[in-house]
Amino acid sequence: MRIVVDADKCQGHNRCFALAPELFDVDDYGTAIALNDGEVPAELEEKARLAAANCPEFAITLED
Amino acid sequence: MTSMYGKVTDWATDFDHADPEYNERAHEIWAEFQSSGCPVAHSDRYDGLWAPFSHELVHEIAYDTDHFTSQGVVVNTGRPIAPPPVGPAPPITSDPPFHNIARRLLLPPFSPKVIAAWEPEVRRLCNELLDRMGDITDGESIVDGAVQYAQSIPVNVIARMLGFPPADEELFRTFVHNVLERINEPQEDRAAFMEPLGDYLRAQIEDHRANPREDLTSYLLNVEIGGNKLTDDHVAGSILLLLVAGIDTTWSAIGSSLWHLGTHPDDLKRLVDEPEVMMFALEEFLRAYAPVTMARLVKEDYDFHGCPMKANDWVLLPFPAANRDPEQFENATDFIIDRQENRHGAFGLGIHRCLGSNLARLELKVAVEEFVRRFPKFEVSGETRWSVGQIRGPRELPLRVLETA
Repeated sequence: MRIVVDADKCQGHNRCFALAPELFDVDDYGTAIALNDGEVPAELEEKARLAAANCPEFAITLED
Repeated sequence: MTSMYGKVTDWATDFDHADPEYNERAHEIWAEFQSSGCPVAHSDRYDGLWAPFSHELVHEIAYDTDHFTSQGVVVNTGRPIAPPPVGPAPPITSDPPFHNIARRLLLPPFSPKVIAAWEPEVRRLCNELLDRMGDITDGESIVDGAVQYAQSIPVNVIARMLGFPPADEELFRTFVHNVLERINEPQEDRAAFMEPLGDYLRAQIEDHRANPREDLTSYLLNVEIGGNKLTDDHVAGSILLLLVAGIDTTWSAIGSSLWHLGTHPDDLKRLVDEPEVMMFALEEFLRAYAPVTMARLVKEDYDFHGCPMKANDWVLLPFPAANRDPEQFENATDFIIDRQENRHGAFGLGIHRCLGSNLARLELKVAVEEFVRRFPKFEVSGETRWSVGQIRGPRELPLRVLETA
């Protein structure tokens, strides 16, 4: 699984960073960044889904 | 206080969110609109006001900066004088492209990592307020969750961030009340009672210019856009925004969350027994009891889904209603303390996402945690008085303490 963050859609709600700090970071402006090039270790897939399902701007997509 | 308008008799055609009945019955009123087939209210009050209540329409307007301007974000009997794209309180009243420039100045001091450092201070403040409640007799003592607790938390934090005397907290609450609740009074009266606020901000700017220090006011006085310092009007407008938006919004969220726990003992017990559920409960408090409705002004005459909007009409953005729209959320009117999928718009949607959302979340989380840690059992006992206008939350919240830790 791979995380893709659409930086144009991201408005800095920081929900992904709060739910899955192992997978996301945020910059000084609150814009989300997928860590590790977006690669999701198998044991964190559930957390990645949770982060995507809680983005108010639908800025996070998950690719298989 | 004299409102220009009388009691609302028809919410669809004579809408007025400053009628005290509105915030008291908000959940019912929104549900009625959402199931009515026409989710948009209109009113001739305020020289023209529209209010859509479906998630779909609120969402559409929030993203549409072509037809709607943020120049005015608090509906009142007048219209803002400071023109777009800056508006009177940048960046909340600003439109693209200036909006992004003004916003980027303020994002770093409110980023999650900077705000996280405030946690011990917020926790200390909450415990100080709890200690001040004095001797508690379980089953008998009644504390006011709004007056003795919620209302003092955000005001103290934002005053410190701005470098204003926390001792002025009562004065700040008066300013906020004037700006956000006394919206239906004649324009001349509003101009008169707003004057002390302008005077206060100017005096603070002068004082910070003479005695610079490590706070947001000094930061705004020093920061530059394209090599130029900000104008005093810009600085005063941004301070006004931080002061107003940073006080009764979070105060309302804390109060509504305590109201919920004081009327839903099972949710209170769950939070006490499983503190880790707070990660989801926090977002569900924000979804189900979002305090903030924003507003826009119509730029030019515009036919919005059959609504003949006129230039300069107000349009409310009731994010709290959108958060409870069954078309968007499963079991939208139920409070599900561990709701897993929760794309709520409590902090707005689109480019104006609440600048202080990380601070608001921290204050709400810590305030609820510390309250239930001290009082693991309590219930609403008596009449809750709700605020009036665009920010919804309890202003008086009598809670009977049933158990003290």
